[in-house]
Amino acid sequence: MIELKKVTKKFDIGKSMLTAVDEVDLSISTGEIFGIIGYSGAGKSTLIRLLNSLEQPTSGTVEINGQVITAIKGAELRKARQKVSMIFQHFNLLWSRSVKENIEFPLEIAGVAKAQRGKRVQELIELVGLAGRENAYPSELSGGQKQRVGIARALANDPEVLLCDEATSALDPETTDAILELLVDINKRLGLTIVLITHEMYVIRKICHRVAVMEGGRVVELGDVLQVFQSPKEDITKRFVEQVADSGDTQETIKNLRELYPTGELVKLVFLGEQTEKPVLTKLIRSHAVEVNIVQGDISHTQRGAYGTLILQLKGSEEERAQALAFLRAEDIQAEVMQND
Amino acid sequence: MIESLFPNVEWDSMWEATLETLYMTALSTLFTFILGLALGILLFLTAPKQLWANKIINWLTGAFVNIFRSIPFIILIILLIPFTLFLMGSIRGPNAALPALIIGSAPFYARMVLIALKEIDKGVIEAARSMGATTSTIIWKVLLPESKPALISGITVTAIALVGYTAMAGIIGAGGLGTLAFLDGFQRSREDVTLMATILILIVVFIIQYIGDLLTIKADKR
Repeated sequence: MIELKKVTKKFDIGKSMLTAVDEVDLSISTGEIFGIIGYSGAGKSTLIRLLNSLEQPTSGTVEINGQVITAIKGAELRKARQKVSMIFQHFNLLWSRSVKENIEFPLEIAGVAKAQRGKRVQELIELVGLAGRENAYPSELSGGQKQRVGIARALANDPEVLLCDEATSALDPETTDAILELLVDINKRLGLTIVLITHEMYVIRKICHRVAVMEGGRVVELGDVLQVFQSPKEDITKRFVEQVADSGDTQETIKNLRELYPTGELVKLVFLGEQTEKPVLTKLIRSHAVEVNIVQGDISHTQRGAYGTLILQLKGSEEERAQALAFLRAEDIQAEVMQND
Repeated sequence: MIESLFPNVEWDSMWEATLETLYMTALSTLFTFILGLALGILLFLTAPKQLWANKIINWLTGAFVNIFRSIPFIILIILLIPFTLFLMGSIRGPNAALPALIIGSAPFYARMVLIALKEIDKGVIEAARSMGATTSTIIWKVLLPESKPALISGITVTAIALVGYTAMAGIIGAGGLGTLAFLDGFQRSREDVTLMATILILIVVFIIQYIGDLLTIKADKR
């Protein structure tokens, strides 16, 4: 669906050149929710603007649905942009237009006849859950409602790709959840490919299928969300993962837990995907003599399934503990005895 | 009673002069609006990083605006006499005042248009571009509507300045309340005529201000 080949974007900042995007190769498939995460200045804003040619790359090509977007301009480019729409952190609605008129704007640009526009606007208002607010002006709406207008506006011309530029960064946590759910809903219902950029790992975990981590203009890590969360490779990725989950494997926490639970053995279990739904602990307790105490636990849900860690304190004879571990491993669960050294 | 306070005022000529002032103000405001808007939009769009970014055109437009905005109006009228004569065939009467009025105030309004356009959130223009809007769509459907309140309050200020300019033009014979106050009032020492002309000018100014404020509030949906 979207292919980036060796895309580089340099900006002239007077004395020197700033490389905002540095030889990025990416391949995003149809219907995917693809997240790009990075701190500010990592180049993600520039990267997303290369996808609808709001920025032109210094070198490299961007191809969307078979069309090399970096090679076209003028009327052809404007036509292509109607199929790659965008929503923004600060919504960017026209304050001079009502909700209805804002959603109508892209239809006017596309040259849709007035009668059809009204009908389409009504459908979109229903889709994003804004019925009853058609005639309100943006100044009368909450942040979440403004983003809903932004989404309706972006969907007006039946795009194939939706680009989200920090779409939830200006919203409170509750509203963020509602907007993210709306995006997932749209993705499923309309089969829309979504590319989003964010600095919040929470957003990635909640709705993305795959994630790319950007640092200094480069994609430093790329993979399935579940896999990246489970075993982040780069330091920056680890920091992002820690934003949302205290995975309990830093030495300090282990030491801490050891002091709190000096007896027995601390065992860390890692669940992935459907394992999180199996009653493994119940089985363990029923069939084994060990004493089980839950010390710490955390399960996160992503679009690709759940993952979680659980730290148990096992008390019993050495043999009993070994049997318990063997049982867990037989159930296909990663179980490791936590050592502090 | 009014007759005794203003013994020398000839109401017919006073009314006629008021109409002339209104005529000059209205026409010059209309053309100032159109020309100033065009110049302001050109200044905005040719600025660096904008849609028509072009150093030369931006510099030329900026120079034109700055020069004509800086020349004192009374001197501009005199400088423009040959141009007015060529364009209007005469340098007397309300119509003859129009070229100087428009050329004097359009650059002033263009600056206000530029300030108004710069106030527009860049993100909104980016959003329109991302939807595939042409530059003309961006001008008509984004730039102008989004800066409407500032454009209206700007033209209100300009129209009021134009009322003042018409009075100045009156001194060299453009007609209107300025001519009346100067020739019939000042030069013939009839203070009541000058005072009445002043009162009428003030009423015109207040009405323009009132209508301008009303339209500005109505246009502002923020």
